[in-house]
Amino acid sequence: MDKKIKAALAGNPNSGKTSIFNMLTGAHQHVGNYPGVTVEKKEGTFKYAGFEITLVDLPGTYSLSAYSIEELVARNFVIEEHPDVVVDIIDASNIERNLYLATQLIEMNAPLVLAFNMSDMAEQRGLKFDIGQLSKLMEAEIVPTVGNKGKGKIELLDAIIKTSGQGKRQRIHKVHYGEEIEHELAEIGMLLADKEQQLVENHGCRWLAVKLLEHDSDITVKVHSREVLEAVTAGIEHLKSIFADEPEIVMADRRYGFISGACQETIKTTVESRHSTSDMIDSIVTNRILGLPIFLMLMYLVFLSTFKIGKYPMGWLEQFFGWAGITIAGFWPVGSESWLKSLLVDGVIGGVGGVIVFLPNILLLFLAIALLEDSGYMARAAFIMDRVMHKIGLHGKSFIPMLIGFGCSVPAIMATRILENKRNRLTTMMAIPLMSCGAKLTIYMLIIPAFFEEKWHGPMLWLIYIIGILLSIVVIKVLRLTVFKGETTPFVMELPPYRMPTGKSVCIHMWHRGWMYLRKAGTIILAVSIILWVAMSYPKPSDQSLEGLSAEQAQQKKLEHSVIGRIGQAIEPALKPLGFDWKIGTALIGATAAKEVFVSQLAIVFAVSSQEAGGADGEKSAQNLREKLQANYTPLTGFCIMLFCLIYAPCVATVAMTRQETNSWGWALFQFFGLTALAYVVTLVVYQIGNSIAG
Amino acid sequence: MENEKRRPLSNVRAGETVTLAGIEAGRGLHSRLASMGLVTNVEITVVSNNEPGPFVISVKNSKMMLGRGMAHKIMVL
Repeated sequence: MDKKIKAALAGNPNSGKTSIFNMLTGAHQHVGNYPGVTVEKKEGTFKYAGFEITLVDLPGTYSLSAYSIEELVARNFVIEEHPDVVVDIIDASNIERNLYLATQLIEMNAPLVLAFNMSDMAEQRGLKFDIGQLSKLMEAEIVPTVGNKGKGKIELLDAIIKTSGQGKRQRIHKVHYGEEIEHELAEIGMLLADKEQQLVENHGCRWLAVKLLEHDSDITVKVHSREVLEAVTAGIEHLKSIFADEPEIVMADRRYGFISGACQETIKTTVESRHSTSDMIDSIVTNRILGLPIFLMLMYLVFLSTFKIGKYPMGWLEQFFGWAGITIAGFWPVGSESWLKSLLVDGVIGGVGGVIVFLPNILLLFLAIALLEDSGYMARAAFIMDRVMHKIGLHGKSFIPMLIGFGCSVPAIMATRILENKRNRLTTMMAIPLMSCGAKLTIYMLIIPAFFEEKWHGPMLWLIYIIGILLSIVVIKVLRLTVFKGETTPFVMELPPYRMPTGKSVCIHMWHRGWMYLRKAGTIILAVSIILWVAMSYPKPSDQSLEGLSAEQAQQKKLEHSVIGRIGQAIEPALKPLGFDWKIGTALIGATAAKEVFVSQLAIVFAVSSQEAGGADGEKSAQNLREKLQANYTPLTGFCIMLFCLIYAPCVATVAMTRQETNSWGWALFQFFGLTALAYVVTLVVYQIGNSIAG
Repeated sequence: MENEKRRPLSNVRAGETVTLAGIEAGRGLHSRLASMGLVTNVEITVVSNNEPGPFVISVKNSKMMLGRGMAHKIMVL
């Protein structure tokens, strides 16, 4: 049996934490959530030198205060899960700021290894470390690494194993907070040791005292002894009168003081060159005139390549599912009516195949998003958008979840956590579904080639994305003036230096998102497809009523008689002014489960219709469906379908996420019905105007 | 008297280097800025200050973007 080691990975955002995680775990990763909160938890298990090491990626934080969920999650993991070792990833070219987190981990007595990541960049900048000396000062082993090149892997693993064997260690505590604070810490510590033995055992006396003086809300509520709390209040007041500042700020100053001192002793700078390449790129891409056009150009390129390159693998997949349909249908004698055949061919292959066919597009889109994120451009996009976002009452940071919204609304709504202000967060959340997500892309990918010439494919897609963005601006503006009135909050965000994204990390990122999409396709969509198949096949009309009708008419009758057909027909009068018939209505109902279901449902609706036309070959590839659409609808209707799908009710996963993140059904339903009403009005106007021009 | 030179960061032009004197904000924001390296006496270089829009500063070897509102709250010398 291998000995088990539980290791946690801590570090600042942009410290290259992900690259180290990928380096150590490879593709063996599991993505989930920390219990009770929607903070993503990545975990990976691997073997090394007779040990089974489980590595948990903590959220990227600058500190371990109780001010944000991420920091609390990271800190509670260290306290409650007792990892055998905590690896703190330090950006070696930005060491002082990064060591701040390390001082807090040291204070928690965590068994610590420091990985000086991107040490090659630090070297290029002429930084020379006295690792031995710094290691003594920080009381932790230090390993230089280059995560994206796989350097330092063995050394880091050895350090993890060595440190994990040592257990928690009492350190000499090199961070000295100054006589006055140390005096208070000692006094509170003594009271704690006497009155709160259980807490002290779990958290350590000094760390508890520090957190209490810092006014830490999470720790303060855990202390029950009145004596301790009174001593803390008195201590804080006393220190405030001495420093004319909150003790926590003075303590932050002292930690930085300690770090500065340690760095002065152990780091030598030979060359004075500070990310000059980054500055040069920034002077162009964040230029006040060029910035926005460059940003829009990049977005355009992203979607063009998604469309152009995605075409080839899409064709192969379409062929495959067409072949699979024919092959399975071939097991039954020609002309026989079997419910199982219908379920397999029309329900399963038609439904899931119609969705998986678009996987290449999804992967390419996430590839582009990964490149934007890993290169560091994403933060600049927020910077460029700040000017625009500010005008509509949000700040640039809101743009990031909205950008992620182009991939999927679910993680995007999760990403609104980076916004500290609740009003900003809610406003952003309400507008996110207006971003064309990957699932909506599958709808566009179906509709656009069906109705428009090839040279218009790119511009058309671009247009529909831009409409979403413009509408979201209007929605945000209106919300900010009505429901979410108030000042916009100031914000602060790091602009990481530009980095060359590595193939491995981009691939892992792409793989995870693609897998998430597929899992959704495999479970929700398959289930929905089968339910829809049932709802579309049952109840069956009586045999007598079908007598005397041709095969076509009988098929038509059966469909009209089914649950879905009835609902579709019932809402048809309401959809008619939008140019939609009951078939589209039927697909729209299904698409509230997940937007991509719109495609599979249309495929099923038209598969039934194709049988009525006599072409019962089971082949329902996207191209086949497109021909059907082309024969039945005008390009204006095609455009209106996309428009309606862009705006109306977000999918159930998004609604569930909004409910979870806002902790209220009210906001989720507000989003659901508000957007549906908006979709109706906008589509109505477009169709009626378009029709009168055309007609 | 040093206090006379005290001014908000938003008034500092691009290219200038100043030192942080204090932050006039609530505890949460204050502590967050501190964790990102914005502590008393730290050197801040203003990289860009385009009105209207965010502010880019350089602190301890890293670039940071601040909202204009926040730049008003950071007092420098």
